[in-house]
Amino acid sequence: MNFWSFMVQNRSEVVQLTVEHLWIVGISTLLAVAVGIPLGILITRRPALHNPVIVTANIIQTIPSLALFGFLLPAPWIGERAGRLAILALMLYALLPLIRNTYAGIKGVDHAVIEAARGMGLTDWQLLYKVELPLAASVILAGVRVAVVISVGLATIAAAIGAGGLGELIFRGLAMVNNAVILAGAVPAALMALTADFVLGWLEKRLSPPRAG
Amino acid sequence: MTPETAVEFRNVSYRLADGREILHALSLEVRRGEILVLLGRSGSGKTTALKLVNRLHEASAGDVFIEGRASREWDIIKLRRHIGYAIQEVGLFPHYTVSRNIGLVPAIEQWPAERIEARVQALVKLVGLNADIGTRYPHQLSGGQRQRVGVARALAADPPILIMDEPFGALDPLTRSDLQREFLSLQKQLGKTVLFVTHDLHEALLLGTRIALLEEGQLVSLSSPQEFLDSSDALVQKYVQAFSAAEQVRGGK
Repeated sequence: MNFWSFMVQNRSEVVQLTVEHLWIVGISTLLAVAVGIPLGILITRRPALHNPVIVTANIIQTIPSLALFGFLLPAPWIGERAGRLAILALMLYALLPLIRNTYAGIKGVDHAVIEAARGMGLTDWQLLYKVELPLAASVILAGVRVAVVISVGLATIAAAIGAGGLGELIFRGLAMVNNAVILAGAVPAALMALTADFVLGWLEKRLSPPRAG
Repeated sequence: MTPETAVEFRNVSYRLADGREILHALSLEVRRGEILVLLGRSGSGKTTALKLVNRLHEASAGDVFIEGRASREWDIIKLRRHIGYAIQEVGLFPHYTVSRNIGLVPAIEQWPAERIEARVQALVKLVGLNADIGTRYPHQLSGGQRQRVGVARALAADPPILIMDEPFGALDPLTRSDLQREFLSLQKQLGKTVLFVTHDLHEALLLGTRIALLEEGQLVSLSSPQEFLDSSDALVQKYVQAFSAAEQVRGGK
């Protein structure tokens, strides 16, 4: 059976696994954004925390994904459902690019702009949301983009612990030594990564500030 | 201190974390409505002194009084909105139009929109820009235009005091001279108290009501421009001589 006929015959399953995949990636990315961006901001304000936070995120990044799934398995509540576990693991992997890019984006704002803003009497909060975040937005979004593309790939491995997603087809195909089945999982996953990369890249360009004044 | 004093440095020292002293026991009064120029070479402490006024730096010893109140007793945000601030690099917000740049402080002070708009238009005119510049972004402006916008922005909430750190330093000589002349007439018209940092004696003589010369963190002399030129102080003379040498080159051509 070739790839196309497999896709047509099993389209409802492929669609369902694609939706699962999107769900895992989407939720984990949202959580990573909710944690990573504030952490990135925090370490611009508290330099002493910069190294511990970055080093921790780096270490998480170096743990092989299968091992990380294994480590998280005994965790209460999280370990009960494979989906939760996959989402947590992917979130942890997405943290590094988000923290690092948020930090770099804010630190990269022209010093004169910050000084003028503080001298004008902007509060710390106004400085952050009126000046620093808008000017760092494209760099932060570049971090989101990297995180999403990594997550789409890593999420296929989540099938190994029964979390579903397109990895199911890939593992099944590997077990059956059937390339058509592997491709039925791999091709939609690759398309998803490319689409996310393209859309976020476009958004990133739109958000880049005009050349510094 | 008299009511005529807008800003007063009283025995102000500023030390870095490593103990190096940038300013030593500076005492200086800025009178209401004057342009007091802080003149000095790089590293003389003039920019540091300026930043102590709006508390971008905090004094290590002594006090800076603004309108008779020690700066540390002011709410820092209120203090800064009470003092217009213009710097050489301008620091316009690249993601805001000229209008939004100028109107930012009025906007966060929650002025009604029509009032902000009227204020921005008046300021654009006041600093000699065309009314249609409001919709442009900073990267679309020339250096001179940017600095004019910077001055307009510093004046936006009508602060009684202006502090300026070599605002015209990065401009070409012709534009600089235009802006200096215009600024002088602007100041006469508005009567702001101005504390102006420069290393350029020509600028100091042109703009200053009085000139305070700083050297290695200490006040060397405080005088009117004419007294400055006539001074017998060795360091002041060195400045004046370097300056007249330049004038002679110019005159000899």
